[in-house]
Amino acid sequence: MYDVVVIGAGVVGCAIARQLSKYKIRVAVLEAKVDVAMGASRANSAIVHAGYDCKPGTNMARVNVAGNAMYDEWCRDLCVPLKRVGSLVAAFSEEEMEQVKKLRDYGEKNGVPGLAILTREEALDKQPGLSPEVVGALWAPTGAITCPYEMTIACAENAHDNGVEFYFDFLAEKITTLRDAVEVESDKNVLFRSRYVVNAAGVHADEISRLMGDDSFTISGRKGEYILLDREASGFVQRVVFQAPGPLGKGVLVSPTVDGNAFIGPTAVDDSGKEDTSVTQAGVDALKRAGVRSMPQVPANRPITAFAGIRAIPSTGDFILGQSKANPRLIQAAGICSPGLSSAPAIAVETVESLRRAGLNLVERGDFNPVRKKEKPFRAMTQEERAAAVEKDPRYGRVICRCETVTEAEIAAAIERTLGKATLDGVKRRTRAGMGRCQGGFCAPRVMELIEKYGGIPMEKITKNGGASKMIVGRTRQEEK
Amino acid sequence: MDRKVDVAVIGGGPAGLAAALKAHEAGARQVLVMERDSYPGGILQQCIHNGFGLHYFGEELTGPEYAQRFVDQVEHTDGIEVMLDTMVLSVSPDRVVTAVGKAGLITVQAGAVVLAMGCRERTRGALGIAGTRPAGVYTAGCAQRLVNMEGMMPGRRVVVLGSGDIGLIMARRMVWEGAKVEMVCELMPYSSGLNRNIVQCLEDNGIPLYFNTTVVEIHGQERVEGVTVAEVDPATRAPKMETARFVPCDTLLLSVGLIPENELTKGTGADMDPVTSGAVVDAARQTTAEGIFACGNVLHVHDLVDNVSREAAIAGENAAKYALGKLNKAETVRVMAQGGVRYVVPQRLVKGEGKAELYFRVGAAFKPARLTISCAERVLVSKKKLVMTPGEMEKAEIDLSQVDGDVTVRVEEG
Repeated sequence: MYDVVVIGAGVVGCAIARQLSKYKIRVAVLEAKVDVAMGASRANSAIVHAGYDCKPGTNMARVNVAGNAMYDEWCRDLCVPLKRVGSLVAAFSEEEMEQVKKLRDYGEKNGVPGLAILTREEALDKQPGLSPEVVGALWAPTGAITCPYEMTIACAENAHDNGVEFYFDFLAEKITTLRDAVEVESDKNVLFRSRYVVNAAGVHADEISRLMGDDSFTISGRKGEYILLDREASGFVQRVVFQAPGPLGKGVLVSPTVDGNAFIGPTAVDDSGKEDTSVTQAGVDALKRAGVRSMPQVPANRPITAFAGIRAIPSTGDFILGQSKANPRLIQAAGICSPGLSSAPAIAVETVESLRRAGLNLVERGDFNPVRKKEKPFRAMTQEERAAAVEKDPRYGRVICRCETVTEAEIAAAIERTLGKATLDGVKRRTRAGMGRCQGGFCAPRVMELIEKYGGIPMEKITKNGGASKMIVGRTRQEEK
Repeated sequence: MDRKVDVAVIGGGPAGLAAALKAHEAGARQVLVMERDSYPGGILQQCIHNGFGLHYFGEELTGPEYAQRFVDQVEHTDGIEVMLDTMVLSVSPDRVVTAVGKAGLITVQAGAVVLAMGCRERTRGALGIAGTRPAGVYTAGCAQRLVNMEGMMPGRRVVVLGSGDIGLIMARRMVWEGAKVEMVCELMPYSSGLNRNIVQCLEDNGIPLYFNTTVVEIHGQERVEGVTVAEVDPATRAPKMETARFVPCDTLLLSVGLIPENELTKGTGADMDPVTSGAVVDAARQTTAEGIFACGNVLHVHDLVDNVSREAAIAGENAAKYALGKLNKAETVRVMAQGGVRYVVPQRLVKGEGKAELYFRVGAAFKPARLTISCAERVLVSKKKLVMTPGEMEKAEIDLSQVDGDVTVRVEEG
């Protein structure tokens, strides 16, 4: 019998799991896919929003501003990169300037610190290369960039270190609410019994909610496409640059990443379905136009990849948080679209409080360790550190991914740390092997060998991303003989 | 500084090995080759088809056989050391090479450096093909490694995009391994591969090649389920969506161009050629960073390894001369591509005696082609060729005593 099962191992589910791991309770996280961060948490803008664009008084406004303020401590403890680069919302006309001022008013009501309306010159001073057509901008110094999948992985590992259990390939198909517990059953007939269920199932949260008798909302997918630019061509942007928002979201932004690339995105394709992460030519073309509008010098012809993520858009227009009215054993963390990443730490804290109010007995454990350690990547080490690392572990001397300088030692550690099943994309997200210019052209076969060596998965069973995404289909004739 | 050598060679592929041998022959006593892989020979080790060495050795060899000739010679040469599993992290303008290997971090002060890192393949992301991101999309070279070195089949029903040589060779290999190759699509109206490969790999195996055709979308959530191919407008290269059709397949192989891997070169401060994506060099293959030489596919993408070996010998010999203080600094003139010529290597020439070989590629097919090399008003070379195509590297020799200013290389129809 578990005290809590969390359904969904995205950033929200994993942040909740981490927060729950501070208490003397038994917690399991159930994830349908092969790894953590397999939905919106792996493909989004990677921004910790300041919190000025949420309507005052909403759940979104509250948890965004609170979450943003928690990020420094969480990232420090969890060894996750965070850069407070600040964000600009650029206005291209006096009308847009009015809109931008409205955002400032929202922000001030929401309690966002440090907001300022900038003149064109002040804006250009903050971000050289901004379009000369910009008439002014909103400046938010607390706007930050992070790495969303690293955050998710770190929360999961820290939760796991503190006793939370993780189960993958668990697609919740049937949920039965008993008098004093809930039974969650998977498509493979695995059964978990728990006092409470936390619904953090991303785009599928409405389905989970319905399984538990709460049909008060639906979730629709809104696809967002991105273009990631070559690091060599990415020095042109230092801040998060938004355009005055449109009806479908915060608009297309141009931003640096914590890894030194830059990106343009996202598009906003409503009712795109929950699984379709395809990138369209029309989307890419629209992004290039929008990027050039913000920053005319944007090197849109230097992409290294394009990708898409699906935001979970709630029919209610706001995050759905707290105890379900229809089922008191269900705690919702649903409809978490943007600013979900920014809000995740605050959602985690609120969810724990909701569980306490729902009747869960929460006693802090004395031995909670908030720190998740991650060795410094080889590429970030000084020469002295590199020499010491190879001395200690010769596998640091074997560079597997040449574009991003990722060593065998780091890949081995990533495979061994993986809570689910090691995959090629999972190793990529944990180490950056395959994220450089050659996009795995050189290192993919080598990483596969290491997955076999350290993960014990035979070559024929290694997948790119779980499911049927097998990298190879069999042996050659020569080998078969 | 851990050690000093006369010549440090970065990369132990065909270019690096040939450069090292020649550098030693030219008098360098200590030559150090640093290779990131666990074996020397570079990409040749996965090129198990034959057709190598016809020009250099006068016989047909497989890639590993061709490599072995150099590996054997290097092994029998006392003054050459090959460090394997060693990744060079930086080369400074004053020729300090920093590398990492199992033994740790190494710094080497080199009298001269030869850059021979080769090239990488252009990816799906760089092309910006729309669609999903499933398993089953491989660059042709990556698939070649899996099939030829690991004995793994990346798929059973294949579409190849791009008619570069590796794509053509892999199309044939996949057929031989029992896969069905649906087609090879080529965006341009001509192939960037060698004609002999089109005949031997595609025609002999009944694989259709469609020019002016590209892949506009990749389908399949987890594994490739098919691609949409469409013809393109020959003038704009824009897809004609009315011609789009779905081709079921489980694998898409990309052979859409090679890009010299010059991350290290940039750290030396050497001038780069935006067309070749390699360094700017003179006839000695010296870059504008003094004492740093470049050869092989890191300098410009070659068609034949035979030409790589030749070029590497030039770089190796001159690197040795430089290290021994025998290569004098001299004024150079520029070599410029004009008309149908896309680029020329070397991009600089030292005025003086003797002959210089110019290597170049055209940007479109010329049938017939007229080549004119001139210096100011003086015509140095004027000749006709039946056909010149972008897939084949062209070569011409000029007399340096005739050169007293910038040289232009021009190809026109006719």
